[in-house]
Amino acid sequence: MSFSPLEWQIVRFTLAVCSFSTLLILPVGLATAWLLDRYRWPGKLLVETVVTLPLVLPPVATGLVLLKLFGRRGPVGHFLSHHFDVDVVFTWRAVVLAAAVMSFPLLVRSARVGFQGVDQRLEQIARTLGARDMRVFFTITLPLASRGIAAGILLAFARAVGEFGATIVVAGNIPGRTTTLSLEIFSAVQLGHDATAYRLLVVCVVIAFSAVWLSEVLMKKRLIG
Amino acid sequence: MKLVIRQLSLHLQQFTLSVDVDIQHARTAIFGPSGAGKTSLLETIAGLRKPESAKISFNGQLFDDSERDHSLPVRLRKLGYVPQYDSLFPHLSVQRNLVYGSNCKPHEHTLDFHHIIDFLEIGHLLDRHVHSLSRGENQRVVIARALLSSPQLLLLDEPLTSLDAKLKNAILQQLQALHREFGIPMLFVTHDPVEAIAICEDVLLLQTGKIINRGDPAKLLG
Repeated sequence: MSFSPLEWQIVRFTLAVCSFSTLLILPVGLATAWLLDRYRWPGKLLVETVVTLPLVLPPVATGLVLLKLFGRRGPVGHFLSHHFDVDVVFTWRAVVLAAAVMSFPLLVRSARVGFQGVDQRLEQIARTLGARDMRVFFTITLPLASRGIAAGILLAFARAVGEFGATIVVAGNIPGRTTTLSLEIFSAVQLGHDATAYRLLVVCVVIAFSAVWLSEVLMKKRLIG
Repeated sequence: MKLVIRQLSLHLQQFTLSVDVDIQHARTAIFGPSGAGKTSLLETIAGLRKPESAKISFNGQLFDDSERDHSLPVRLRKLGYVPQYDSLFPHLSVQRNLVYGSNCKPHEHTLDFHHIIDFLEIGHLLDRHVHSLSRGENQRVVIARALLSSPQLLLLDEPLTSLDAKLKNAILQQLQALHREFGIPMLFVTHDPVEAIAICEDVLLLQTGKIINRGDPAKLLG
């Protein structure tokens, strides 16, 4: 099984944008999971619902929302274009955006499970030893929740690789610019290029299988062997 | 030492913890049956529980004053807390557990690491993982970790529970010598009169949230 230069470019592009989108949502996702797990605040239920929404909405619908928001006439798109001369839709940025939004719920959910598993009494003990809240978070909470967080990162990455519906609406399928693995498989099937479709399918399956399998191992395994 | 607790009121499931007391002895036991409110009292002093009302100060430093809505953060109380539950950080080695407190305050004077390690005979455990420790070793490391944070008061919540007789005796002797060796006062929660008599010079008898008596442990419990 050998890949053409174009197929390699698509694999590299997909891995790059998915890695970037996962990195991008990591701090926000962890903060959201932390706030949802540890505190009660007004509007919490609304945030929980909105965060989960991309999981249940048709991806094409999510893509349409993003298109309306980030298009040149959309509120966010207009702002970015006007003030920073940055276009989002139908560029690689839109691919990252769609991947980030679609994978965000999975990261938050897994990270939240990770935070729930941390014995808060240990955090209190760290405080009695003189640790500030920030230190407690980075030296106790985060390491103890790390399996849930790592599982969330893997799931989010795998979801990003498999993203199709939102991406095609907000980023299109522009060869060399926004074409990802999923989009190329779709094109190849449409054009009857079965060999290309199957080669890329194998790549997708390997990435998705590895990520889901690893995340399952992490979630089920005890914290320390 | 002078620990002053005024009009402490904390609602618990079965009753209200209601305490008004001055503690001046360096080795004081809080004695009572299970469910009397001993742990809750200790946790309130440590700042881990927020009472409905209380004015608590230690050596002139105000810990809590509900009237002024003041509560000193836990980390600033400088109390070494040894709880009943497993409290070693499971992702850190024994060594890293031990230095956790001193790493939090690198510019403060801390007790000598080797002195404490030798005193509690845990030098051979430093590179071990906490999951591999026996119950007795675990307790020694927890006590050492609390000491290494250079506390101004040690709060020990039934540290000898669930140890076999031989281990209990060994750690009991170390606790007896602890104040003499390091000069740190301690509040010692127990429901075992032998422990209270062996370690402490003053005892508060706590029952359903109230101090019903206090005095010399040997006279009250002997």
